Amino acid sequence: MAGIEIRNLRKHFGDLHAVDGVTLSIRDGEFLVLLGSSGSGKTTLLRMIAGLERPTSGEILIGDQRVDGDVPPRARGIAMVFQSYALYPHRTVFQNIAFPLEAARVPRKQIDEKVRWAAELFSITRYLDRYPRQLSGGERQRVALCRALVRDPKVFLLDEPLANLDAKLRNTARDDLKRFQRQIQTTTVYVTHDQVEAMGLGDRIVVMEHGKVRQVGTPQEVYEDPVDTFVATFVGQPPMNLLEARDPSLPPRTVVGFRPEHFLPNSVFGSADDTRTFRFAVRRVEYLGSDRYVYGSVVEPGAPPSDVTVIAKLPATIALSIPEGETHEFAVPRRALRYFDADTGLKRAP
Amino acid sequence: MKRVALYAAALGFVLFAGFPFYWMLITAFKQNRDLYVGATDLSHIPWIFNDPPTLDHVKLLLGQTEFPRWVLNTLVVVVAVVVITVAVAVPAGYSLARLVGRWGERLGMGIFFTYLIPPTLLFVPFSRLISLLHLQDSLGALILIYPTMTIPFCTWLVMGFLRSVPWEIEEQAMIDGLSRLAVILKVAPRLIVPGILTVIVFTFTLVLQEFVYALTFISSVDKMTVSLGVPIALVRGDVYHWGALMAAALFTSIPLAIVYNAFMDRFIQGFTMGAVKG
Amino acid sequence: MTPRRTVADREDVLGALMLAPSLGYVILLVGVPFAFAILLSFSDATAGSLHFGWAGLRNYAAILGDPIFLRALKNSAIVTVGSQVLVVVLATAAAQVLRATFRGKRLARFVLLLPWAVPVSLAAIAWTWIFDSTFSVINWTLKATGLMHGWLYWLGDPTLALLAIIIVQAWRIFPFATVIVLAGLSSIPQEIVEAAIVDGAGFWRRLIQVELPLLMPVVAVAVLFGVVYTATDLGVVYILTGGGPANTTHVLPTLAFQRGILGADLGQGAAIAVFLLPFLIVVAVAMLRLARHTEVGAR
Repeated sequence: MAGIEIRNLRKHFGDLHAVDGVTLSIRDGEFLVLLGSSGSGKTTLLRMIAGLERPTSGEILIGDQRVDGDVPPRARGIAMVFQSYALYPHRTVFQNIAFPLEAARVPRKQIDEKVRWAAELFSITRYLDRYPRQLSGGERQRVALCRALVRDPKVFLLDEPLANLDAKLRNTARDDLKRFQRQIQTTTVYVTHDQVEAMGLGDRIVVMEHGKVRQVGTPQEVYEDPVDTFVATFVGQPPMNLLEARDPSLPPRTVVGFRPEHFLPNSVFGSADDTRTFRFAVRRVEYLGSDRYVYGSVVEPGAPPSDVTVIAKLPATIALSIPEGETHEFAVPRRALRYFDADTGLKRAP
Repeated sequence: MKRVALYAAALGFVLFAGFPFYWMLITAFKQNRDLYVGATDLSHIPWIFNDPPTLDHVKLLLGQTEFPRWVLNTLVVVVAVVVITVAVAVPAGYSLARLVGRWGERLGMGIFFTYLIPPTLLFVPFSRLISLLHLQDSLGALILIYPTMTIPFCTWLVMGFLRSVPWEIEEQAMIDGLSRLAVILKVAPRLIVPGILTVIVFTFTLVLQEFVYALTFISSVDKMTVSLGVPIALVRGDVYHWGALMAAALFTSIPLAIVYNAFMDRFIQGFTMGAVKG
Repeated sequence: MTPRRTVADREDVLGALMLAPSLGYVILLVGVPFAFAILLSFSDATAGSLHFGWAGLRNYAAILGDPIFLRALKNSAIVTVGSQVLVVVLATAAAQVLRATFRGKRLARFVLLLPWAVPVSLAAIAWTWIFDSTFSVINWTLKATGLMHGWLYWLGDPTLALLAIIIVQAWRIFPFATVIVLAGLSSIPQEIVEAAIVDGAGFWRRLIQVELPLLMPVVAVAVLFGVVYTATDLGVVYILTGGGPANTTHVLPTLAFQRGILGADLGQGAAIAVFLLPFLIVVAVAMLRLARHTEVGAR
C-alpha cells in the first residue's frame, strides 16, 4: 500500500507536450480517476507511473521510492490492467494468472494456492482451464484483474478496462470493481474518458486536458463547482449550459452557467425561491423515460435571437406539458448559477 | 553493455550478408594483377585496392561480351510477362475476392499452391512441350512459361490485397446506378493500383532472378537472359573473367535491391497470406 | 422503367469470365504438365523423339538402385535441413537486432536484404569466386587471422562442398526469413508485451514464454517457404559444383536436370524430380493447417 507523489511531470514527444507539468498527490488507498478526452495525456501519465514511458522531466514517487529514473515496471510494485486486457492467448486462464508469480520465481505450491485464491475472489474458478479466446469480454476482464491481484501490488493501474464491455455489463462491472477496491484497499489509478464512469468510481477525479490538470476534486466538487468552462461542460450529461451574461450588474465578458437539471419551468418554483428567470423558446422535446430533455434557446429582450442551444432536463415527476415551438417562462435558482470569465474560461465569484 | 552487444550483432549480420557484395564491388574494379594473386600470399591484402581501380572489366563487359544483348533480352521478356500477368492475374484476383463467394477462397488457395510446384519438376514435361511448339532456344519459350510462376502468386496477392480494401466504395457506385461491369471497369481500377504495382514489381523481380527455365530452354548465347548468361557464358575458353563477371552481378543486383527494399512489406503480406501485417 | 438486369450485372458470369484466363493458364500449363511429369516418370520417353512408351516402374527401380541417386536424395535432405536450421537461428537473432532502433538501421536493413534480392545465379557465381581453390578470399582471411593452417579446397572436396552449399543457401534465405519474423514480431500486440514487462518477465522469459509461442505460425511460414526454396533449388548447386566432384554433391533437382535434360532421358529425369513431391506435399499440408490456425486466431 502506498501513495503516489507526482511532481511537475512532463512528457514531450517532439513538439507535442503530452503531459505538460502535472503535480498530483495520490493518497494511499484511494481510488483516483484520471478523466479526459483522447489526447488529454491521461494514458501517458498512467504509463509513466507504470514505467512504460520515461518522463521527459519531473519526479514520480511510489510510496517513498523515487521511480522516474530507470526503475523498471517490475520493481515498482505496480500491477496494470490494459484496455484490451492483454491476456496471453496461448496460455490457459490459470497460466495467465500464474505468469507474474512464475516470473518472480514463487514456488509451485504457493503459485497454485495464490491463483486459486484470486480466481475464487472473482468467481472465475471454473474457467481456470480455458483459453482466453473461449471467454466473454467480462470474463476476460476478471482474469486480467486476477493477474494483477496476485502480484500483491502497492498500486493498481487500470487503463479504460470497461471500454470494451457492452453498455449493460458496464454498470455491474463498475459496481464489482468499486466493491473490490474497497475490500482490498489498494491505491488505484483509473483512466477513462467516460465521465459517468469517473463520477461513479472515483474517490477523487482528476480532469485533464491537453496534458494539464484542470481540476482535482471529489465527484461532487468537480460537478457542482467546476473550476473552468472546460470542466463545466466535460462533466455532466447533458453538459452545463453556458450563456453570455447580459446582466448589467455583472462585469463585462462574463459567462453564466447552469446545469440542465436546475433549468425548470418557473411554475415549479415557489414565490419565496430566489431565482433568475429566462424566456425559453422551446424547439424540441425528447421523451427519454425517466427524464425529458427540452432543447431551445434563451430569448433576451432587446438582444438578437441567440443560436446557442440551451437544454433543460425535466424529471418525469414534473408532468407539465411543454409544447414545442412556444416560448415558456423558465428559471434557475440563483445559488445554482456559476460565473466564468468569457476570455479565460476560469470561474469567477458571482 | 546491451547497446554494445546490439551493435556488435548488427555489424556481424551486416558483414555476413554484405561481404559478398563488397567482394563483387572490389573484384569488378580491381586490376588483374591486383586480383589474381594466390590467396596463400598473406602479404597481399585482397580486401583493399592495392593498385588503383580500373574500368577495364566494365568496358570488357559492355563492349566485348553479349551482356548488353542479355539485358535487352531480359527487358523484352520482363515487359511481355508483366503484361500477361497483369492482364490475367488482376481480374482473377478481383473475381476471387469479390465475385465468387466462399469457394473463391478455397479456389484462390488452390491456385496459390501451384506456385509451390517447383520448376525442377515441371521442366521435364515443359521441354517436350517447348519442342512441340518449336519454341526451343527462343525468348518465346520463357514468355510462355514464366507466367506459370507469376500468375498463381499474383492472383493470390491481388485477392489478399482486395480483402483489405473496403468494398463500400464499389457498393456505393452500384447504388448510384452503375452496373456491376461498369463498376469493375471504372471504379475498381483506382482501388487496386497498389496491388497492381506489387504484381508488376514481383513479376519483374521473378523474371530477373529466374534461372532454371532459362537454363533448360535457351542454348544460344545471343538469346540468353542476364541471369543465365552471366554465370554460364561469360567464360572464354576455360577462363572465367571474374572482373567482368562480378561487374555484371553488381549491376544487376543494385536495381533489384532498391526495388526489393521499397516493396518488402507488400511481399511479406503476400507470403504470409495477410495473416501478418507487414 | 426499371433497368433490367443484364449480363453486365451478373456477378457469377463476370466472376467466371474474369477468372477463366488465370484458371485456364494454371490448369493447362501447370496442372497438365504436372500430371504429365508423373506420367513421364513411368515412361521411357526421350527428348530426341516424340516416342512415348510405357516403362512401368523401371525408372524408379533404376534410380533406387543407383548410388548417385541415393546420395542426391541424402544431400537434398542434408542441405535443406541444415540450411533451414541455420536460417531459423540467424533470422530470429537478426529480427531482434532489427527491432531495436540504432543509428544506421536503414542501411543495415538494406544490406541485410541484399542476399535475398540478388538473382540466385549471380549470387552463386559470386560465391564460386569466393570459394575459388586458388584465390578464395575466405581462405586468405582464415589464414591471415591465424584460424587456419592448412588449406580448404572448398568446391573440390565432397564434404566441404556440401558445407559450402549449405552456407550459401542459408545466406540467401535468412534475409527473407528475417523480414517475415520481424513482421510477426510487430504483429504481436504491444499490450501483451507490456503486460509481460509489468508482470515482471525479463528479456529472456519474455522472448521464450511470450513472444516465441506467438511467433510460431510466422516462423513456420518462413521455414516452409525456406524448405521449398532450398529443396527445389537448382541454381546454387549447379553453378557452385555442377553436382561434382564426381557426382557427390548432386541434389535431386540437379540430378534430374543432368539425366532428364542433358541426358535426354525424360523418363528418368521425371522420376528423380518426383521424389521432390513428398517434401512439397508435407509443406502444402502444413501451410493449410497454419492458414486455418491463424484465421481462427489465438487471440
